[in-house]
Amino acid sequence: MVSRKVNRRRFVAGTAAVSAAFVAAPFVRGANAAGKLSVGFWDHWVPGANKATEDLVKEWAEKNKVEVQMDFITSQGNKLLLTTAAEAQAKSGHDVLAFSTWLPARYSEQLVPMNDVMEPLIKENGAVNGTVEYLGKLNGKWLAVPATVGSQIKGPCSRIDLLKKHAGIDIQAMYPAGQAPKADAWNLDNFLKAAEACQKGGNPFGIGLGTTSDNVDTAGALFHAFGAQLVNAKGDIVVKNDQVRQVLDYYKKLMQFLPPDVPSWDDASNNKFLVSGQGSLIMNPPSAWAVAKRDAPQVAEQLWTHGFPVGPKGRYAPFLPYFWGIWNFSKNQSAAKSLITHLSQASSAEKMTNASQGYDLPSFEKLTTFKVWAEESPPKGTLYHYPNPHNHQTLSIAAAPAPHKIAEQIYTQAIMTQMVVRYAKGEAMDKTLDWAAKELEGFTRN
Amino acid sequence: MADIAARNPTILTGDRRSGLHKLMQRKSTIAFLMALPLILLIAILVAYPAGYAVYLATLNKGMTRFVGFGNFEFLFGRDTFWLVVYQSCLFAITAVIFKAIIGFVVAHFVHNIPAKGQRKWRGMLLVPWVIPPAMSTLAWLWLFDPSYSALNWLLGIFGIEGIPWTGEAGWARFSVILVNVWIGSPFFMIMYLAALKSVPEQLYEAASIDGATWWQRIWYVTLPMMRNIIAITALFSLIVTFANFDIVRVLTAGGPLNSTHIFGTWAFRVGIEGGDIPLGAAVSLFMVPILAVAATFILRDITKRGSEV
Repeated sequence: MVSRKVNRRRFVAGTAAVSAAFVAAPFVRGANAAGKLSVGFWDHWVPGANKATEDLVKEWAEKNKVEVQMDFITSQGNKLLLTTAAEAQAKSGHDVLAFSTWLPARYSEQLVPMNDVMEPLIKENGAVNGTVEYLGKLNGKWLAVPATVGSQIKGPCSRIDLLKKHAGIDIQAMYPAGQAPKADAWNLDNFLKAAEACQKGGNPFGIGLGTTSDNVDTAGALFHAFGAQLVNAKGDIVVKNDQVRQVLDYYKKLMQFLPPDVPSWDDASNNKFLVSGQGSLIMNPPSAWAVAKRDAPQVAEQLWTHGFPVGPKGRYAPFLPYFWGIWNFSKNQSAAKSLITHLSQASSAEKMTNASQGYDLPSFEKLTTFKVWAEESPPKGTLYHYPNPHNHQTLSIAAAPAPHKIAEQIYTQAIMTQMVVRYAKGEAMDKTLDWAAKELEGFTRN
Repeated sequence: MADIAARNPTILTGDRRSGLHKLMQRKSTIAFLMALPLILLIAILVAYPAGYAVYLATLNKGMTRFVGFGNFEFLFGRDTFWLVVYQSCLFAITAVIFKAIIGFVVAHFVHNIPAKGQRKWRGMLLVPWVIPPAMSTLAWLWLFDPSYSALNWLLGIFGIEGIPWTGEAGWARFSVILVNVWIGSPFFMIMYLAALKSVPEQLYEAASIDGATWWQRIWYVTLPMMRNIIAITALFSLIVTFANFDIVRVLTAGGPLNSTHIFGTWAFRVGIEGGDIPLGAAVSLFMVPILAVAATFILRDITKRGSEV
């Protein structure tokens, strides 16, 4: 009798062969995709918005005879981020998980390639914007699929009455509902003048300069509008350039017209500032409008979501996509891919967007004209321009096009807003740039 | 010897039994067995994570290779790290000093309240300490809120301009220390109160007969009698305050301009939010030598005084 001792080498080889066969197998649509699947979704802040996702998953599960365990995990207190980190460390957990902005790239080596899902979706629903591609694709490999739920543009949300009263700007005429924008005059110079007028009128713009996402996103879009890069696509530190100097000078002027405590603002501060009736403009997805609709209807009926002002290098708006990815330790990858495909269909995306009152944005080109954005009110058409239906602005992410590992650090450590505050508070330009260069140098370590 | 024992199994079993019996009768054995569940719990929940953190701190950013002390070397070259070291020390030392002073003063007040009403006061004064810090810090966050600050509203009534509580580095540091002192003072108060109650009344009587003033009684009787409690409370509080996370995280998230980050919050920012887990682990481990040195000095002093007694 021949004894076949299982040594480490043989075990690894066997496991690799089984895994390769498993991953290479085409994902199954229909009754064959049986088994169990556990999914961790982002817990939506809009009441009832999870229901649309839940219904879609149940519909798919019944059709495919798969037992699905759904968890809606809040991002409050970084719960979802911690869950992701824990699952990555333990190499165990959900099969499918919602990954926020930078996480697909962070966990690129632990995610199943999704090219076979993305390519048909792009064919069907149109191309995705450059930011989704930058965040979700690495070396030709799609790391995850952009999710409708949770994806958002953080553009300006203005008070129609206050902009008219203090700055003489008719924002509805610039961004008419149902029509292409007529916003050539909506440039950074006029934006600054409007900020000054509104501040003098007692209703300043509420643009945060803290270290949380909303603050960093706005700074990122303005840096892009000046063509100001801190680190280029190759990973070279290029922070000491004229464009960065220009954007810091611009921000210094702008900061005089903002509330004095903006360096401490978090993601809730701008919402509260607008809903309280004090602010005339913030940079936010329509969550502030939705809260105002519930808590301060007289404010909500004066709100209008629209595009960013244009800068010397273009008009940029921050886009923050969520992704659905599959861990490589998932035991039911074919079913997971099938579910993600189902959730990414145009009809599914529309159901999710409707349930979130227009907050959720699909990332595909052909999915930016759902009825919900044209019809949501008050006032009617307030969200028409939210999904960028006329490709009026370039959707961007702060710190791009730097390599992900550096860009993520620039983003999470809020280097841009810190530079702005340092310089605006009186630090010499060169000192601010030196400080930034040293921080960036630290981010390049492997 | 072995042969004899083997030939006489009765003797052998009897010896073993009595040995085990003796072992089980020893106070130290019983104490060890009773403490065993706790020791196991500590091993699982403290020793293992601590060991794992040490392991993580020795890996590179991608967690693919061993770099020894590379992460620590890297940290030593970062300005932000030294800012965090400075702030952690400032935060912990200032907060502990104020908590000790306030606790000491309040304990004296409570001690002098007639026994009948003392319980109510003790209960009320403990409230800040028993509320979960994350919750009470949220209340403070609303008090400091830029748009709705109740404190600034009160100042406004007296014509004083609003204070950027969390918007300016100095005020933000003051705010996080204030909240920590508010939460932690009752712990000092209750420990000091217990110590005060154990000081023999005869000592005060003898001091009075000798003509000691109020201050002299505090200085020569109360403080020496409370020295060990003061030292242990201060050490315990120093460790907890150095390792604080929730107050800073909720109130300022380390801002503005990193001016309120302490080890815990910066480790979280770098490790979890920034995705550099080894560096985050290295930041959090940096607390260990500081606290170990403080603990060694304080505990050595207590042991010395204990042996003098």
